[in-house]
Amino acid sequence: MSIEVRGLSKNFNGFQAVKETSLKLETGSLTALLGPSGSGKSTLLRMIAGLETPDTGMIHLTGREATHVSAKERNVGFVFQHYALFKHMTVFENIAFGLRVRKRTPQEIETRVHELLKLIQLEGYQERFPNQLSGGQRQRVAVARALAPRPTVLLLDEPFGALDAKVREELREWILKLHEETNVTTLFVTHDQNEALEVAGRILIMNHGVIEQDGTPMEIFDKPATHFIAQFVGETNFIDTEVSEKGLAVWGPFRFSANPALPVKQRIRIYFRPNDVYVTGEFETLQVKAKIAKTRFKGTIIEFKLDIGGDKHISAQMPKGVALASGFKEGDEVYAAITAFHVFPL
Amino acid sequence: MDNNDPSIVIDPKRSGYDPSRALTEPPIVRALLIGTALSFLGLFLLVPLLQVFVAALAKGVRFYIDSIGEPNALAAIRLTLLAAFFSVVLNTLFGLASAWAIAKFEFPGKNLLITLIDLPFTVSPVVSGLIYVLLFGLQGLMGPWLRDHDLQVIFAVPGIVLATTFVTFPFVSRELIPLMQEQGPEEEEAGMVLGANGWQIFWRVTLPNIKWGLLYGVILCNARAMGEFGAVSVVSGHIRGQTNTLPLHVEILYNEYNFTAAFAAASILAFLAILTLVAKTLVGDRVGREKRVLPSVLESEAV
Repeated sequence: MSIEVRGLSKNFNGFQAVKETSLKLETGSLTALLGPSGSGKSTLLRMIAGLETPDTGMIHLTGREATHVSAKERNVGFVFQHYALFKHMTVFENIAFGLRVRKRTPQEIETRVHELLKLIQLEGYQERFPNQLSGGQRQRVAVARALAPRPTVLLLDEPFGALDAKVREELREWILKLHEETNVTTLFVTHDQNEALEVAGRILIMNHGVIEQDGTPMEIFDKPATHFIAQFVGETNFIDTEVSEKGLAVWGPFRFSANPALPVKQRIRIYFRPNDVYVTGEFETLQVKAKIAKTRFKGTIIEFKLDIGGDKHISAQMPKGVALASGFKEGDEVYAAITAFHVFPL
Repeated sequence: MDNNDPSIVIDPKRSGYDPSRALTEPPIVRALLIGTALSFLGLFLLVPLLQVFVAALAKGVRFYIDSIGEPNALAAIRLTLLAAFFSVVLNTLFGLASAWAIAKFEFPGKNLLITLIDLPFTVSPVVSGLIYVLLFGLQGLMGPWLRDHDLQVIFAVPGIVLATTFVTFPFVSRELIPLMQEQGPEEEEAGMVLGANGWQIFWRVTLPNIKWGLLYGVILCNARAMGEFGAVSVVSGHIRGQTNTLPLHVEILYNEYNFTAAFAAASILAFLAILTLVAKTLVGDRVGREKRVLPSVLESEAV
């Protein structure tokens, strides 16, 4: 176990940033800590690094109690959102910093820095200063600097947050490759769900200072544990209704099976993804009648706003090819079924 | 952020519109404004400055050199340099410590400290001098204790150093606080996580980032320390050759109707002022660059 955190809490002037949070990360894993702004994810990461002191709780790094160990003794690598490169030092000196303060020999430093320059594909850039590099290059240097002293864990705080979309894509690929090569236990904070879903083997979702779900990207996407996760991850429809009889809820023409344990008249919210709405031109089975009120082109997918009568609307998505082949257009009468959904009591 | 949108490029030849002239006033207004500014500058700054040197050399170069080389004048120069040296060293240390504390940490009383740092700017220098007389003078709060231990502060060098330090107190910290606040604690945090101790972080990360701003503050502090008159005048006692700084020396000579010698001494101060101005311009340029190389933190959401 590389990182183990138990019951960690942090309060900033009356604002509870992190509440009684626990987590465990296996050695060599790549995990994302996903959450909206202000959910406490950065604070949690900074506490693991020793940049914030927790009010309560324990932190173990590679099996050693580290709660009261200072940041400089923890041997963690930390990458900041805005790089925090030493701007008066060259790329070489930036990467060498952690080795110089550890009093490594010049040969050792030379070898290690060149090894890392090769890893981040910036050989030949060692004499440049940070302001002579692009954002993506700076962030790669920041990662190399963090890795230089061979940390036991690598923590990244919104590492791609300050970069434009194209560079983010490239760096995602790169960080995956880097992780395969170095195999250092990595925890990265992000508010971008695509980043988390694509890169991480495991995702921790944080909201209001609490980790609400811990699972693989697919589990998070298909089996959201809470209201918050159901609407935060991926696009979703949600409708509010109530349990009409034991194990059944009705909304407009749709019927949903509900947990039989829920009492009748219980208010519930039902979430379902637009791509879990099955739309056909001919009636197949268990479908309801709908009218296409609006179509929207979204790149590789087409979204339909369906009018299901009674002033009720839902959105449905399908791959562009499928939509074009079926020839659906605004005003068409179609049939729709909801194939997967999640029910949460309100 | 480059502006490559071709739709907003205006061809001055075709449209008859020159964007560089868009905000320009008619020639007569320009001439009037520039003329006023320049004549004001000449009348109030340049002429008096030249007059200092003209008056200093009124009785020839020989007399000029003699008045500066005279023992009392040399003693005044020495004391001025000594007072400036101590106040620069003390205020650099204080400035670094206070700017570090204010920029990198949150603590109760922070706003009070920021306000108090400016106090020497708002208090009349004469009052500053009096404060020290009231504290360390013979009738003062600590007077009896100092007398019993045979220590003299007022009418002696320590008093002059104290008064000069008090008056020049804010220069270094005022310069460093905004600079360090703008730079934020991230580089220091990065250094710490990489295993550096406090000293290593200070020497290798913090100091190189603020060195030009620090030098700028030191230059201003030094200039003010050398020219300080009011506060020093109160605590000095005007003992020739012992507690006279250069500005006080000028005053004494002037009061004795020894105008040429007074201006000779004054010319040293004027010369130091010009030197400071040049140094300030050179260093100020670098401070500007120090600020510009900061990453633009505003371009994306900070979590």
